[in-house]
Amino acid sequence: MNARIPLALGAARAAAALGRRLGRGGGTALPGLLAERIAPDAASALARPLAGGAVLVTGTNGKTTTARLLAGMLTAAGRPVVHNREGSNLTRGIVSALAAAADWRGRPRDARAIALMETDEAALPAAVRALRPRAAAFTNLFRDQLDRYGEVETVAARWREALALLPPDATLALNADDPAVAELALDWRGPVHWHSLAGARAGTGDPGPADARWCRACGAAYRYAARYAAHLGDWRCDGCGRARPVPDTAALAVERAPDGLRLDVSGLGETLLPLRGLYNAGNALAAVALARVLGLPPDAIRAGLAAARPAFGRGETVEFGGRRLRLLLCKNPAGATEALRLLAEDGAAEVAFLLNDRFADGRDVSWIWDAGFERLAGNVRRCRAGGDRAADAALRLRYAGWPAPASVTRSPAAFLDAVAAAPARDGPVDVLVTYTALLDLRAELSRRGAVAGAAVSG
Amino acid sequence: MRLRLAHLYPDVMNVYGDRGNVIALRHRCEARGIALDVRGPGIGDAFDPAECDLLVIGGGEDREQRRVAPDLAAKGPAIRAAIEAGLPALAVCGGFQLFGERYVDADGGVLPGIGLFRMETRHPGAGAARATGNVLVRTEFGEAVGFENHGGRTWLAQGQAPFGAVAVGRGNNGADGTEGARTANAIGTYLHGSLLPRNPAVADFLLGAALRRRYGAGAGLAPLDDAAERAARAEAGAIARRGKGEGAWRRLRGLAAGGWRRGD
Repeated sequence: MNARIPLALGAARAAAALGRRLGRGGGTALPGLLAERIAPDAASALARPLAGGAVLVTGTNGKTTTARLLAGMLTAAGRPVVHNREGSNLTRGIVSALAAAADWRGRPRDARAIALMETDEAALPAAVRALRPRAAAFTNLFRDQLDRYGEVETVAARWREALALLPPDATLALNADDPAVAELALDWRGPVHWHSLAGARAGTGDPGPADARWCRACGAAYRYAARYAAHLGDWRCDGCGRARPVPDTAALAVERAPDGLRLDVSGLGETLLPLRGLYNAGNALAAVALARVLGLPPDAIRAGLAAARPAFGRGETVEFGGRRLRLLLCKNPAGATEALRLLAEDGAAEVAFLLNDRFADGRDVSWIWDAGFERLAGNVRRCRAGGDRAADAALRLRYAGWPAPASVTRSPAAFLDAVAAAPARDGPVDVLVTYTALLDLRAELSRRGAVAGAAVSG
Repeated sequence: MRLRLAHLYPDVMNVYGDRGNVIALRHRCEARGIALDVRGPGIGDAFDPAECDLLVIGGGEDREQRRVAPDLAAKGPAIRAAIEAGLPALAVCGGFQLFGERYVDADGGVLPGIGLFRMETRHPGAGAARATGNVLVRTEFGEAVGFENHGGRTWLAQGQAPFGAVAVGRGNNGADGTEGARTANAIGTYLHGSLLPRNPAVADFLLGAALRRRYGAGAGLAPLDDAAERAARAEAGAIARRGKGEGAWRRLRGLAAGGWRRGD
């Protein structure tokens, strides 16, 4: 055992305690960041003794929800889990989670545990090197945070780099509907577990921009028998005959239910998933695929799905001033377009868009023009714009044919004042919100004593 | 009145919100009772620039540019002739690069451009830093606000007019202070953001030129209430001037609050 590990863990614990005292929820990055500074190999040293091995979940959208669903299934199966549950997904966040589950010498409190880590797309090679996972799920690849990554292709190249570092007997859980994810199999000789929304109906309206257009094997354009969203769907390459792989785990049917989705998953039968939106059906399939790779029994998989709750800002609801706010995190065109589709299905009447452009949001707000706000033109009766880039958000809504915003406010406090000024009978407010704007809004809501509402969104 | 817009390669050259420019042109036409017909010629589609009043092309990644370049080279002579005869055009980022003489990509491969702008773009190699951040440019249309994100560095030939002079940001190459290119009624630029929603004077320059070309010198644009656009310009301008850094304190606070995790 590395002699620096106890020192690193001491620093991590002190930082976590300080974070808790400051009311910052214990901090999910600083403890790991300090531990990594003191012991650069902290992640591998802390993960190695875990008998359950490691599982990584990566992709542009759906990482947090997929990992949480899998954590629920593992718990239902009685398997202890070490999980970066709050979504701190750079290696520092992974180290924070591992450190919190170890004793002062760096030995795991429960040596049987499995490390389940959602992993930032760009941090994947480092995480693979440190954790040597037995399985890795790739949910999807969309344009996101291009001011940081440069180009979508940069992320794909990182993933290929990570594949070369994976243990050869690791299993990939791949989204068959996403050709950009499916092409990872071209570089992988080990086992693959495919999952697909095969039984879902194709999306209606603007699917949003596609980020995979041409076959990496032969260069011909992909064709679609059905397109769910962006470049996800039943794809085929006419040039070389590659097509959506036959899934090992498939949704045979996806239906809206009053309080979520009714999924008919191959080999599991019909299950109620208490989450909304087709994208959450995709997340559920990724979690089921990983659960099967890990050999979990069907009962535990079903129990994990049924116990799902919206994660932080992913459709969670908050009661405030007699009105219900539903918080929908969105930070890239694909995610926003899916959230807008959900709002259209739900007949949303009052919608707010809170847009920040800090580092964690992406400094570049041009992505808002790629998101299909036009879909809700004519439905929305009242809208509000907010965040550091409130005026840009307001312009986007106006150009999408929405009514003139009832409020354009930079601070979350002013936004909540504007919401509270309207009578409670005006009904719920759906809030599309970027990452740091969500943190600010949550902080302001808790200052005002607002509490998280019903567990089921909608 | 009616205008015809050709949005070249709309599905392929659209990586940084470029379609916002088309949304803005449509919005500013509809607000004035002008119908805007949008066509989106793709790779391999026949395209006659004489049948449009306005042309827009956006940006793409290197792999998209490699796809588009041969097709654009075939369409190039007609496009170039039409623009030199006054067709208003906007070329952003990758489209701007391909409207120059050539683009030398990160691997040293040469993509021919259509040669409208006398300029060359070279990518300094995969390891080189990209030019990424908020930009302010002093132009004949006032200050243009936007965001740049490009690997290639563009060098204008002697006598080639730029779109403007960089006030904040990197611009064409980070060295000579130029941003974009201007020829006849065409504008080339690295600014997305998207450019036209937040820079209505530039949008109206393009629409005004298109209208006069189609309906004669007497055709003019009715003024619009641009209060929302001005607010967005002011907001973006202030953020650009404040600099791209968030400040050490804010970053530390962010770390304590959970880091720059983005979740999901």
